[in-house]
Amino acid sequence: MSNSATREVARRVFAREFNDATYTFKESDDELAPRYALLPTGKRANRVFFVGTLTETEDVGQDSEYWQGRIVDPDGGTFFTYAGQYQPDAASMLRELEAPEYVAVVGKPRTFEADDGDVNVSVRPESITVVDESTRNYWVVETAEQTLERVEQFENGGEYAQLAREEYDLPVENYRRVAVEALESLDTEQAESTAP
Amino acid sequence: MTETDLHTEAVEIHDQFSDRLDVTVDEVSERLDTLVNEYKVPLSEARRSVTNTYLDEAGIDRDDVTGSDEHVSITDIDTPEQWVDVTAKVVELRNPDSDAIAQAGTLGDETGTIEFVSWSKSELPRVEEDAVYRLGNVVTDEYEGQFSVKLNSTTTIEQVDRELEVSNDDAEITGALVDIQSGSGLIKRCPEEDCTRVLQNGRCAEHGEGDGEFDLRIKGVIDDGTTVQDVIFDREMTESLTGISLEKAQEMAMDALDTSVVAEEMNERLLGQYYHVTGPNFNRYVLADEVTEPEQPDHEAMLIKARSI
Repeated sequence: MSNSATREVARRVFAREFNDATYTFKESDDELAPRYALLPTGKRANRVFFVGTLTETEDVGQDSEYWQGRIVDPDGGTFFTYAGQYQPDAASMLRELEAPEYVAVVGKPRTFEADDGDVNVSVRPESITVVDESTRNYWVVETAEQTLERVEQFENGGEYAQLAREEYDLPVENYRRVAVEALESLDTEQAESTAP
Repeated sequence: MTETDLHTEAVEIHDQFSDRLDVTVDEVSERLDTLVNEYKVPLSEARRSVTNTYLDEAGIDRDDVTGSDEHVSITDIDTPEQWVDVTAKVVELRNPDSDAIAQAGTLGDETGTIEFVSWSKSELPRVEEDAVYRLGNVVTDEYEGQFSVKLNSTTTIEQVDRELEVSNDDAEITGALVDIQSGSGLIKRCPEEDCTRVLQNGRCAEHGEGDGEFDLRIKGVIDDGTTVQDVIFDREMTESLTGISLEKAQEMAMDALDTSVVAEEMNERLLGQYYHVTGPNFNRYVLADEVTEPEQPDHEAMLIKARSI
């Protein structure tokens, strides 16, 4: 499939792996060069796409509105999204939405270092939209598949797998288990919904 | 330069003209020999010169004959002005829009499809839809990145008695709609005949200020997690995906005194949804001919795989 050459692909990643992607880097010194988060499974991510349950929204801004949204995926990991005046559409979605709701988010990874030295990973949304359960389920299977592919290819090395080995002490087996749990949750949900 | 090389070239040139000109291999060979060995002309140039001489004699348009014909697959046609042979099925015939054209339509083989034209003045036998032909000596052409082949008076047409599975070279993509780009929603197009440019601030880049005619379209980005693809949804497709008709979109814009409300509403309805899109490639876009909801992937099979790694 051909593509617009410059647009960054939106990676599919579960929240628990995403929140471990604390190391970010640029490929060049150019100020405008894109910044990437290094996924522990050995891929770089400048953009992500995820679907989950919006469980809570809160205006955490001090002088102006700054909306935080917590979006949970089925293995229990949480994506933290923040939208302020520079993301007016996403901010107004977070202002208006009543949790819980299934939402799809396209956004950029951001990191900030807390006072205690911990690096927190969050998402700066480009768009937030309300979707249905089947879209959520589709995303879970798709994300499990792409996570497993990264886990399988991790052993074969590659530039970013190498970098992940150097920067993190996180066995990729963790993320295989995350994928298994997410898929199992679909099983349970569907069993429940078809139970008499 | 060996005698054998010259002879091989001579036979090839001779084959090209043997049915039209009374010329022997020896005569061709002699002409080549004079150019190559007496005048020290490179063989390729000698070949060109001799071919053109015979083209003139045969009363064939010289165009840009470079000789060297070879049998190719349709998908491999990526250079204009090549003389090639193709074996293809006539997928479709269209009414030619000019008297200069005897037949026009689409040819296809296992690798793809390509447009073709047969000129009236070439007086070639007519081809029939759904029949498979071996077409010898057709010329490739290019217009705005789209390749075609021209049948000409040197072209040989030979019906082949075999079935050919024509590849449908439509793009087929499945992914999430992750962006709707500017220029989407309710737009205005230039009303000039044959001009479909989208007006920017009420101006057409070609025809200047104008009233414009309302239209709907979406320029979207489909992303499957590995690659991104720009997709254009035309009015009909946009209406069926969004449930917003052109009339409704105009009402919305009128009420808000702003056309951008239409794109905003479309963003809300479509972004983050998964789509399965098929349609032809055009430049960097896929033009959506058919859009469906993708089938739910098999999570149980995936679970078995996930556990087995």
